[in-house]
Amino acid sequence: MEILPILSTLRRHKITAALLILEIALTCAIVCNAVFLITQRIDRMNMPSGVAEKELVRIRFASIGANDDKYARDQEDLQLLRQIPGVTQVASVNQVPFGNSSNNSGVKIDPDQKKSTINATNYYGVNLAETLGTQLVAGRNLRPDEYVDMKTIMAALQTKNDKAMPKTVVITQAMANRLWPGQNPLGKPIYLDQTPLYVVGVVKELVRPSIWDDSIAKYSMILPARVAEGQYLIRTSPQDRDRVLKTALEKLKAADPHRVILSKQVWEDVRTRFFEDDRAMTGLLAGVCVALLVVTALGIVGLGSFWVAQRRRQIGVRRALGATRGNILRYFQTENFLLATIGIVLGMALAYGINLFLMVHYELPRLPGSYFPIGAIALWAVGQIAVLGPAMRAAAVPPVVATRAA
Amino acid sequence: MFGYYLDLALRSLKRNRVLTALMVIAIAVGIGTSMTTLTVMYLLSGDPLPGRSEHIFYPQLDAETGKGMVRSRPADLLDYPSARDLWSSGKADRQTMTAEALVKIQPVEAGRHPSMIDTLTTTSAFFSMFNVPFRYGGPWQPADDEARSRTVVISERLNQQLFAGANSVGRTLRVDSNDLRIVGVLDHWRPSPRFYMVVGGHGASDTSDLYKPPHDLMLPLSTALDLHSQFSWFSCWGNVDPKNMAAAACEWVGLWVQLDTPATRSAYRDYLRDYDAQQRSLGRFDHPPNIRMMSLMQWLDFNQVVPKDVQLQTWLAFGFLVICLCNTVGLLLVKFLGRSGEIGVRRAMGASRSDIFMQCLVEAGAVGLLGGIGGLLLAWFGLWLVRQQKVAYADLAQLDPMLLLVTVAMAILASLLAGLLPAVRASRVPPALQIKVS
Repeated sequence: MEILPILSTLRRHKITAALLILEIALTCAIVCNAVFLITQRIDRMNMPSGVAEKELVRIRFASIGANDDKYARDQEDLQLLRQIPGVTQVASVNQVPFGNSSNNSGVKIDPDQKKSTINATNYYGVNLAETLGTQLVAGRNLRPDEYVDMKTIMAALQTKNDKAMPKTVVITQAMANRLWPGQNPLGKPIYLDQTPLYVVGVVKELVRPSIWDDSIAKYSMILPARVAEGQYLIRTSPQDRDRVLKTALEKLKAADPHRVILSKQVWEDVRTRFFEDDRAMTGLLAGVCVALLVVTALGIVGLGSFWVAQRRRQIGVRRALGATRGNILRYFQTENFLLATIGIVLGMALAYGINLFLMVHYELPRLPGSYFPIGAIALWAVGQIAVLGPAMRAAAVPPVVATRAA
Repeated sequence: MFGYYLDLALRSLKRNRVLTALMVIAIAVGIGTSMTTLTVMYLLSGDPLPGRSEHIFYPQLDAETGKGMVRSRPADLLDYPSARDLWSSGKADRQTMTAEALVKIQPVEAGRHPSMIDTLTTTSAFFSMFNVPFRYGGPWQPADDEARSRTVVISERLNQQLFAGANSVGRTLRVDSNDLRIVGVLDHWRPSPRFYMVVGGHGASDTSDLYKPPHDLMLPLSTALDLHSQFSWFSCWGNVDPKNMAAAACEWVGLWVQLDTPATRSAYRDYLRDYDAQQRSLGRFDHPPNIRMMSLMQWLDFNQVVPKDVQLQTWLAFGFLVICLCNTVGLLLVKFLGRSGEIGVRRAMGASRSDIFMQCLVEAGAVGLLGGIGGLLLAWFGLWLVRQQKVAYADLAQLDPMLLLVTVAMAILASLLAGLLPAVRASRVPPALQIKVS
């Protein structure tokens, strides 16, 4: 190959060559990290919820004023909803996965612990697991007879009456693994206050609402507490959801015309809304990546054209001495490949540095090694495509140029 | 001389339009993106109460009880008894309590549906402490706080919605089935963030909700308690009777105090410590002292209010700008060195090195100016894009006149910087040699 002559030519264009290398390096570093951020966000957006997402409808309304019979009202509502054709399960719940507000507790595995072991979210509501469609991997779901009214629990907390408190809990596999790694969680107690709650079931997955830290997103528990907080979940077949939602609203409105509906959503809307920011960020990052590659390509075209124009006479001489058009074309392509390679090597080091910065300041994981070859191939490709135009123009230089004055 | 250089620069720019366009686009894109993110960053990280924020403090203590409770830091909000005690002590120059409640308001016109809105429940000093502007009427009086008056202040936006912007002072609004008299309508007020209700930040993955517009409805806290409004609480550790939040074992009230001098500040800290000790001796608190008092800006810092995504975007945009500048340096080099012949002739005819240098810089500056104008358009478009997003601060993303100047100045500065190296190289072109060769 003609690497040595290329190098000696480049030595005469140190500054322009260095600039091109720098540009490629920076682009490589930023694109690698941006693509990594994109995959992180996509992973987050695809976070499994553990619920039957295609079959759920959610209605939230404001329960206003002093309403002592809200538990009775709730039962009537649920009865109405259950009668809608196509509805398979209904539940009155305190919160839903990917919802915006959450009820969380510190969890201890020993009542005398000063600090909680983990923080987990509390799901309340009769028939909640069945309606959400969580998948049981061990033990059983909560039984209707284990449920206690929330107001009874509150009163029991106040009077320190252990007897009235719930005694069972269903937790997620992630939470079980964190609390008792490698052990059977069934029958083990956890403590939210002084009363033990015995684990009777483990569900595969159930994500918490308002996730502020992805590493604890899967720590959820379902407690046998009956609530009436103005949030209903309805499970039906995917194609019936819109009709069921409409009918449900009509029925609820008819039962109490003064009720204010806060939101009505099929499950996709709940998920979409929760990850809105992540989607916007993903779009932005993708846009920046494309823009960076385009800017870099334009830079290569600009410098490439300049070099070709400068070396017209040289090229003519080489052509006159018998170099084919293919030789000339390959010369410029090889030159670009060399510059890109140096840029990529520097870019990788820089990418690693940027990643370290992001790890410290934005709690991001380490950039996986697989990004390096992908980034390299992308930049080599951009370089080759960008240099093609100037290189073809160089190849088109006729040998007769050699005989003319420069 | 400058006019001549400018003329030369424009001619030269016209001569190679593709290269010029490439340079202008590179500068414009770099400046446009960095100014968009910088504007957002600037709007989100400013002082929401300039001139007064250093006198505003946020006392905190830990009221949570229970055997063996140890917390590394006090909660973001106070329980009502503590907040009420500190507020009524009058130890600060001014003080106000803040809490949020969800209330139902009936429409003024018949036939429309009632709606639920987030309300700020506070005390009369809120408005004077935080320089809240009024269009009609004014705040309720301190006596109203004690008397649980049925009074309410509404925002400009709600006034527009309900009364088509007319002076609604004296009219009544049905809130949670009670008639409240409107005493004041706010003028445009858009603090960023909504500092008086910043809780739950500190490292949360998304803090953009802290930039929501101010509440549309403000009413005395005592009145809201009287009406059994549905207060939002931050954390509870015992019995919660929503109808009696004054006694609930919950943290749900914020307390803001204004302390004008260092002396009152240290006196207030002492008072806070004494209060905590006293409550412990009374048996109401049962844990080691856990008090803190940050200034408004410290509190915002502690809550890390500027969303991490926005910070990340700013870094990204500056990386982008650097790449665009690299590109411009390369293209300017190409441009100037491509004219070595012309420069050689000018040098031979008596132009000094500094003449050539200046001429090149003027040309670079012209590129910067064009790029700056392009960047301005792009930033304007970028901010429009931000406004289309469904984030709480979307409406804030406006081009500031100050930033407008900064954008153009930055573009010219950036291109001059980019032109420096090429200009130096061009000015070193030897005079006679070039004539000989060409």
